[in-house]
Amino acid sequence: MNRVFLFLPLVIFLVMGLYFGLGLRQDPSAIPSQQIDRPLPEFDLPGIADGEPGLSSADLVGQVSLLNVFGSWCPPCAIEHPMLMQISRSGRVPIYGVDWRDRPGDGAAWLARHGNPFARVGDDPQGRLAIDLGITGAPETFVIDQEGRVRFHHVGIVDETVWRDTLLPVIVALEAE
Amino acid sequence: MIAELGQFALILAFVVALFQSVAIFAGLRTGDAVVHGFARTGAIAQFVLVLAAFACLTWLFAVSDFTALVVAENSHTDKPMLYKLTGVWGNHEGSMLLWALILTGYTGALAWSAKPVEARLISLTFAVQSLITAAFTAFLLFTSNPFARLWPGPENGQDLNPLLQDPGLASHPPMLYAGYVGFSITFSFALAALIDGRVDARWARIVRPWALAAWTFLTIGIALGASWAYYELGWGGWWAWDPVENASLMPWLAGTAFIHSLRVMEKRDTLKAWTILLALLTFALSMAGAFLVRSGVLTSVHAFAVDPERGVFILAILVALIGGSLLIYGLRAGLLKPTGVFSGISRESTLLVNNLVLAAACGLVFFGTFYPLFITTVSDETITIGAPFYNNTFNPMLGALLVLVPVSGMLAWKRGRLMPVLKDLAPAALAALAGGVAAFWIADRGLVAGALGTGLAIWIALGVLIDLAKRFKLFQIEFRASLARAARLPLGIWGMAVAHFGLAVVVFAITGVSAWKQETSAFLMPGQHLDIRQLTLTLDDVEQVEGANYVAERGYLTARRDQQVVSNLVAERRHYPVRGMATTESAIHARLTGDIYVTIGQPNPERGWPVFVYIYPFAIWLWIGSAILGLGGLLSIADQGRRALGVGRSPVPIRAKPEVAE
Amino acid sequence: MRPMARLLLLTMLPLLLLSASPAMATPGPDERMADEALEVRARALYRSLRCVVCQSQSIDESNAPLALDMRAVVRERLLAGDSDVEVRAWLRSDYGEYVLMMPPVQGNTLFLWLFPVIALVGGGILLVFFVRSQSARAAQPLDMNEEAELARLRDEEAQS
Repeated sequence: MNRVFLFLPLVIFLVMGLYFGLGLRQDPSAIPSQQIDRPLPEFDLPGIADGEPGLSSADLVGQVSLLNVFGSWCPPCAIEHPMLMQISRSGRVPIYGVDWRDRPGDGAAWLARHGNPFARVGDDPQGRLAIDLGITGAPETFVIDQEGRVRFHHVGIVDETVWRDTLLPVIVALEAE
Repeated sequence: MIAELGQFALILAFVVALFQSVAIFAGLRTGDAVVHGFARTGAIAQFVLVLAAFACLTWLFAVSDFTALVVAENSHTDKPMLYKLTGVWGNHEGSMLLWALILTGYTGALAWSAKPVEARLISLTFAVQSLITAAFTAFLLFTSNPFARLWPGPENGQDLNPLLQDPGLASHPPMLYAGYVGFSITFSFALAALIDGRVDARWARIVRPWALAAWTFLTIGIALGASWAYYELGWGGWWAWDPVENASLMPWLAGTAFIHSLRVMEKRDTLKAWTILLALLTFALSMAGAFLVRSGVLTSVHAFAVDPERGVFILAILVALIGGSLLIYGLRAGLLKPTGVFSGISRESTLLVNNLVLAAACGLVFFGTFYPLFITTVSDETITIGAPFYNNTFNPMLGALLVLVPVSGMLAWKRGRLMPVLKDLAPAALAALAGGVAAFWIADRGLVAGALGTGLAIWIALGVLIDLAKRFKLFQIEFRASLARAARLPLGIWGMAVAHFGLAVVVFAITGVSAWKQETSAFLMPGQHLDIRQLTLTLDDVEQVEGANYVAERGYLTARRDQQVVSNLVAERRHYPVRGMATTESAIHARLTGDIYVTIGQPNPERGWPVFVYIYPFAIWLWIGSAILGLGGLLSIADQGRRALGVGRSPVPIRAKPEVAE
Repeated sequence: MRPMARLLLLTMLPLLLLSASPAMATPGPDERMADEALEVRARALYRSLRCVVCQSQSIDESNAPLALDMRAVVRERLLAGDSDVEVRAWLRSDYGEYVLMMPPVQGNTLFLWLFPVIALVGGGILLVFFVRSQSARAAQPLDMNEEAELARLRDEEAQS
């Protein structure tokens, strides 16, 4: 029996072990966003209450903006909300909202209670737009450039650190283009 | 108090195991005979200590002592006593303690049953086994303490996941672990033999009953898990190629290859390096399975609460134990020289093919399970490897291997002739062909898959029967003489025949359940019905009921064929308030020809209750076939008692006769 | 693990489990398509698409809200006349290869797909070599001990 062959199992095992060790640092449920550098899918969502204007893909063209997917049923969205209010009050970039899978009226009531940071809100009760955006949960936030292309996709809560260290640099870079 | 006692017992067990391992390794260098005696005592001591710890934990669950963290997280006073007790292993810490219990249980069993022969090998085996025990008890003590306290104890606990509150789940983990962990003994035997420098047919004879025992438990454990999934999950799914399911399949595949290659080693004193490697890898796969479930590396419906800290510890154990053993393998396996030979056409060569395909299949499942992990560590991509992949790769491989089964049993050892075997099996081939064609004609769905599966099952089943008939010369000599021969046939042969027959039954059941299943669903108000094939299912009534720790909606249904009542069915949808989870209790009417499987869902106020009906042809044979498979394993274990080490055989004068197919 | 962190993890656990509740999976009767042929295609497609928020389940087996929506998208696309390939491509463009239950045959999955062939063929070659090499061993002449043993056995045979 060739010496080389006999040590092969050990070598293969050590290589696997290395991968496993590296794998411990990964989040197995995180999937990479497919939307980066793609134009937003065309959509035209109705408003979340009677008389309210909705949100369409045309609204996001012309300036760098944020698109935030939320729902009244989503606790982390409530946690993130004050930060969105802060960004909205500062006027740095407009924020547009997508009300995902809410029953009629729930989204509007929630915004009335917590405050509305959104320039416009679209109602997506069936989650069609969410699927087209590759959403897996709420909240998720996109950075859209002047031409209406998705340039960044953040999964999870936007807090002070995320805004300052992750989103703002992207926004600044896009505005410079 | 009890918790502290349990913790103390566990610490002692760790110390004894570590000490025993070191002492034996050191003692054997100096050739100390006292060491051999101590090995036995130490082994039993380890088992008693871990058993004490386990008893303490069980006590804590039984009395619902919520100052114990594990009990607080996984139990509740309203839970029925059975599930309080089985909840001991329904969580990470408790199940690890069960692992340790079974590990030391096997060590103790070896101490009790080992004969005074091969003292050096046995002592080395104890040393390795104790090292493994020390590693796992350390894991328990340092990262997963089952006896951690929670002060102040809460009023009540968080209850057990309702899915786990089921009799099937009482039996599934212990049986599975008895399988998984059983291969630790064969691992220890293999490593001991490598260190000792001697592997021969004698070693194979000693190890085989242990390998068979572990294999039998693992087979039954997997079958129990699959049957639990079938009955509990609400739609009759029994295998999902979920990573944790794969983690039990891999040791099973390697273990099956192992018990077959052991036989070749027994007969021909060859394939030594390969068999030792299989022994090491089978347990390595068991441990890798433990890594999977507890480290958060992969997502799975089975996974325990994730904790990377544990993952690092287990990875360290894996690297030390498996890496160490493979290193010793590389250094020492070169000493293992085969002495026997066999021809290209022989039973040995078919078993070699068996090993090849099983090893390839095991490798396939391994890569299928871990490939997404590998990809994410080197790139940004993620992929999914699910059932469709395995259906296209694994199934054909195993199907092709199964064709070989009847041929293998009938080929002679050492040098066989293929043509006579094929001639003898011709009736089975014809029957298989006829059966396949019949299945193709009669069925109205899954035509090709159904035909192939039916043909394969008949081929194996009849092949086994023809093999047996030849062995006791049925129809060739007087019937009574045949019976006498049958009674004298070694249990090992019966074991093989029964196991392979069980395999045929399982193949047929899988075919029925997969290729010919039917389903339909509809919203029903009480009084309404839906139709599936010739059956009419009427929803008679729905009422609210209360259980020990749940509230349920219970639906009463009647199944009729041609106005005749076939069965009354009761299906429930339960809601467990403490955990906020819902489960379904399906109504299953099991007949030999198939199951009628009914589930009800959440009602819609306007439209009624959604009722799901499934027809699973021959489903019950999945479980019957698995039991037959297990029985085959038990018969084979029983055989070893008489033949091990040549005890009980009168010396036979050497005659110059060609080897008879045995 | 510190009790506080452990309790935090526990409170999150129900949320995680909620997304993968096995109670009442498979599409409901309100999801059946009117056209039987389309319904068969839809079910096959569900089984080939992964529920992206569940733990290794297809959208056929999960009733997570997102799975329901994904099934609805499949039905919409089928009604719009898409082929099976096009429906899968649609969801693939939204979620990437992760959403396919069977990995596509491409550069980074080539090893996986070729593995069975490599293993069987490679192993088969090794097997043949091994069996062949045995005959070399069998053809070797007996050594002194074996000659003596053979002579002894022949004597015994002659005497019995």
